[in-house]
Amino acid sequence: MTSPALGSSTATRSTASLRHRLAERGIDTSLLMLVPALVFALALFIYPFTYGIGLTLQPSAATQEKWGGGAFSNYVAFFKDSFVSDSVWLTMRLALPAALFNVLASIPMAFKLRHRFRGKKLLTTLLVLPITLGTVLTAQGLLIFAGRQGWLNRFLIQIGVIDQPLALVNNYLGVMFSLVISGFPFAFLLISSYLSGIDPSIEAAAKTMGADWKQRFRRIILPLLAPGLATTFILTFVLAFSVFPSARLVGDAMGSTRVMALMAYRAFGEQIDYPMASTIAVMMGVIELVVITAVLLWRSFLYKGSTGGKG
Amino acid sequence: MTAKTATSGAHGVGSPPTPTKKRSGARAPGERSLAASPTTWFVWAGTAAFFIFLIGILVSVVVDSLGKSWFNTWLPESFSKDWYSNAWGQFQMTHIIGVTLTVAVVVIVISVLVGVPAAYLLARRNFPFKKTVTLLFLLPVLMPPITYGIPLATVMYNIGLGRTLTAVILVNLVPSIPFVIMTMTPFIEQINPTIESAARMSGASMRKVFTRILMPLLIPGILAASILVLVRTVGMFDLTFLVSGPQSDTLVVAIYRAMTAAGGGEARQLISSMAVIYTLTMMVILIVALRFVSPTQLVARVKESRED
Repeated sequence: MTSPALGSSTATRSTASLRHRLAERGIDTSLLMLVPALVFALALFIYPFTYGIGLTLQPSAATQEKWGGGAFSNYVAFFKDSFVSDSVWLTMRLALPAALFNVLASIPMAFKLRHRFRGKKLLTTLLVLPITLGTVLTAQGLLIFAGRQGWLNRFLIQIGVIDQPLALVNNYLGVMFSLVISGFPFAFLLISSYLSGIDPSIEAAAKTMGADWKQRFRRIILPLLAPGLATTFILTFVLAFSVFPSARLVGDAMGSTRVMALMAYRAFGEQIDYPMASTIAVMMGVIELVVITAVLLWRSFLYKGSTGGKG
Repeated sequence: MTAKTATSGAHGVGSPPTPTKKRSGARAPGERSLAASPTTWFVWAGTAAFFIFLIGILVSVVVDSLGKSWFNTWLPESFSKDWYSNAWGQFQMTHIIGVTLTVAVVVIVISVLVGVPAAYLLARRNFPFKKTVTLLFLLPVLMPPITYGIPLATVMYNIGLGRTLTAVILVNLVPSIPFVIMTMTPFIEQINPTIESAARMSGASMRKVFTRILMPLLIPGILAASILVLVRTVGMFDLTFLVSGPQSDTLVVAIYRAMTAAGGGEARQLISSMAVIYTLTMMVILIVALRFVSPTQLVARVKESRED
């Protein structure tokens, strides 16, 4: 439809009723179906969030006295109190490698397992299994299985690889294991679905023209898969970034795995300092947005068209 | 194409066929099969390591929950079911499981009732600020629960809902409604709109189109979304933990509280038996879920790979 035609139709439509004119622009009574969802989103998400941001600017008297800075006292405390600001670094040190590992390890796995073979359904089901475990059981299992007296250490000592039990839990490694066990299946499922969205005839065409598998992977699959990789990275990063129960249960909650979520909960539940808790929560959101924006920026330089699949 | 299928298919079972190796020298550049590369070893070693951990974790928790005095040996000295009856009595498991199921069912019903009509509009219609609305629904799914959970919990405590069942349900609705919208929108998009137009032309009202035409077509999608919401709600730790109290703890939160209780927590075996109960519940749900929905189909509906 060209613009002159559109203009003339608007001119003739001006005699129609307001209701009709609104309906032409997509506003009519059926939009009411959207109202309940909007009400929930506004009441339970937007309102608390803005309230929380407002709360960060009303620091408690104790915070104000200790750190100064007036209304921004909470933020001053956040950056100046090394006990709090260190947790940012501690969180990143866990979440970034975990998300990267989950995505990078999923690529060859998904690539290998995309063809049909016997037991594929079983393998996929087994890979979904960790989702049923949940963080709490994973933590409990890791404590028993990989603990000092656990089967893993016992087996390694028995076959003579080590003579002292390895410290695999109650430290950084324990939380990392738990993040991989819960995040990897998720990343794998997402990446394999992106991979199955790439039209196989594109690769077949490259093959016909004599590209070997390295070229096909680098020139065909990877560029088409990259947007999917970016999305998967963001989602697994979000999961790993808000790690909370496992950091407390299999980690070293006062030391190397004192993550931001733990600090926020401590301020909320133990110190009952709601403004400070909201400040840490808001800062978590901000840091996460920074990482997501960086990934999305990188993604915007990549191929954005269709992957040739039907979807 | 057929030869490739045969080799990769056979390799998946674990026995590399001889033709692959014989031909590998004299192959055209495009013919080299991925199956023969070191990636294969990496993949299988990685899978093996992953499953050793996974199965180790599972089995050790189950053994622990059934064992008596397990310290410095491969297996516990004797086995008993005492921990389960103890856990059941000591933690009011009936009450906890009742709370968990109530929360899950209420959340599913509300989020389907609220989410599906919204998803329908997003899939079929264009209206002003559609992008803003979509973003509004996308945010709670993208953000980690704890970032909005803490302000939300503060509000809940301020209006006097802290530690109540209502608060647990409300809090769980925040990610569930957008989740239903996000999964149902593509599902509705792939239903042919001409079916609805035909019904409208034959004189059906909007309500009739919904109940007679769309509902039967939407049932599989709604079922899939409900099961996923069920899994998420039963497994949701962060949000529930922030607002729940002793009388409104769901199973995960109850286990966490038992693990971190003052004085070193409860006996390890008690927690293991609760964890086993939790996992069994989740597994039943998930096995049922997998019968209705394939996890890899959720993101993109695409044609099956030609080599399948």
